Amino acid sequence: MSTGTTFSAAGDIQGEERSALIDLLYRLGDDDLMIGHRNSEWTGLAPILEADIAFSSMAQDEIGRALSYYRMLHALGEPDPDTIAFTRAAAAYRCASLASLDRSDWAFSTVRQYFYDVATTRRLALMADSSYTPLSQFVRKVGGEQKYHMMHSRMWVVRLGKGTDESRLLMQQAVEKAYPHALGMFEATEWDAVIAGSGIGPCEADVEASWVEEVAEHLSASGLAVPTNVEPTYGGRCGRHPEELGCLLEEMQKVYKLEPSAPW
Amino acid sequence: MVRVSPTRGGQPGLRGDKPGDPGYEENLAAFESRVSRGDKVEPGDWMPDAYRQQLIRLIHVHANSEICGALPEGGWIPNAPSLKRKLALIAKVQDEVGHAQLLYRAAETLGKSREEMIEELISGKAKYSNVFHYHAETWADVATISWLIDAGAIVNQTMMAEGSYGPYARALKRICYEEAFHLTHGYDMCITLATGTKLQHDMLQDAVNRWWKPIMMFHGPGDKVSRHTDLLMRWRVKMKTNDEQRQQFLKQYMPKIYQLGLTVPDEWEMRFDEVEGVWRYREPDWDEFLHVVRGNGPASALRLRTRKMAHEDGAWVRRALQSAAGQSAVGESVAGAG
Repeated sequence: MSTGTTFSAAGDIQGEERSALIDLLYRLGDDDLMIGHRNSEWTGLAPILEADIAFSSMAQDEIGRALSYYRMLHALGEPDPDTIAFTRAAAAYRCASLASLDRSDWAFSTVRQYFYDVATTRRLALMADSSYTPLSQFVRKVGGEQKYHMMHSRMWVVRLGKGTDESRLLMQQAVEKAYPHALGMFEATEWDAVIAGSGIGPCEADVEASWVEEVAEHLSASGLAVPTNVEPTYGGRCGRHPEELGCLLEEMQKVYKLEPSAPW
Repeated sequence: MVRVSPTRGGQPGLRGDKPGDPGYEENLAAFESRVSRGDKVEPGDWMPDAYRQQLIRLIHVHANSEICGALPEGGWIPNAPSLKRKLALIAKVQDEVGHAQLLYRAAETLGKSREEMIEELISGKAKYSNVFHYHAETWADVATISWLIDAGAIVNQTMMAEGSYGPYARALKRICYEEAFHLTHGYDMCITLATGTKLQHDMLQDAVNRWWKPIMMFHGPGDKVSRHTDLLMRWRVKMKTNDEQRQQFLKQYMPKIYQLGLTVPDEWEMRFDEVEGVWRYREPDWDEFLHVVRGNGPASALRLRTRKMAHEDGAWVRRALQSAAGQSAVGESVAGAG
């Protein structure tokens, strides 16, 4: 996918490659921030204590990654991480709708997390040799934690998919609800070809193809039907979001906005 | 010394562990001599039934307090005003949930199951700490809880960690270690607010004003009123009285509160008695304390409703996990995770 050029630091990348990188980092950071925020809504409220603790850990990993992506953006001349996270209007966020939808019930949260983890795992694998060195170094570092997210997500899908008739039904409904939004994660932006061409990251179609294959296999193994002929829910990558994101941002920015210029 | 296996499901089934049972006095004498030497009592050891029941009560209340304590602070995670604070607060509340898990396990070694304890919590039968019966109204409340309430908890738990029941003492050692981080996190938040803008400082002062009463009550009724203290101290379940703990807390934290430019409400008439070296204050209304911990605090109904809803919403998940199919599915999924 690469032209062979390596960009070892923020100062080395210019022009359309720089714009493409910024676009990619906003998508990665915003996805992680939103899903992390949603997962942290389970803290203290999950069905069992062990799952509660696990969701809190994943939320921390995800928000921690968002912070790292925002730091990379800051190095590229964008505002500091908290300004990026807390001051934008909804239309400026680049997260997929899958990440920002309400946490809903445990079935939805579990399925969403699984869909998200498969995409993240695939994406990270394809970025491990990114031509942008700060990104490739970071991706290699988080590969370890992502492996545990993946094991956790796979286990929950199969346990609830195969658990009882009741749990299978709820999981199937969650799969139907989340699937179009999951496909929305692979909405290509205008920078898709530049990202792939310069070796910064993969083209979305490649991530999607491997996602579809893996998800189909694991859903089937979990006794769940794979949705067919699904119309993807696009929009997130160009700033068109479900209403839920607006509510989330209002909550998230509430305290920050009391004194936007002060440290908290 | 009679050794028996740990029991489950609230049926101790031990022989001779109640006054009047054959051998009770002899076993009690041996037990008390061990305890006074500083030996740890382990789950399989003989223990008086009253000791078992007191410990179950204490650990259960402690575990419930961790669970209910996750709610007022957890509710503010979505509003945390920086990425750093958001991460720290999730980690902190996660620790509280982890403590509950650890404590329920410690209580299980005495014969009461987690399910039973959670049922008693949501039915309103079991108690939890007075401080979690109040609302966390602003972000500064989160800072105040993390600093001062966790500080109070550390005073209590560091002392309890030297107690005679092995599983509880060991759990508390680990809990105290984590609480020390919470305290640092809370203090850092309070320093930031206290030294921040006027709005931030006022917000913190307002929180301290509102929380001072629950904080003064946190270590429990004064020694003249407390019903449980004597027996607990003899059996080394507790090493300091409630008033001793309150004094220790005040000596450590009153100066720090003043250092931050904060005050506590005048009505408490707080003053340091230089001669006796103790803090003097207006005695809290212990009837009010009892009324609150019996489920009549400002946030009591909300806490139980939230816990109950979470428990009921998760019932289908627990059924699925317990089903044979759900359990056998684990091996394959992990094997396939690559």
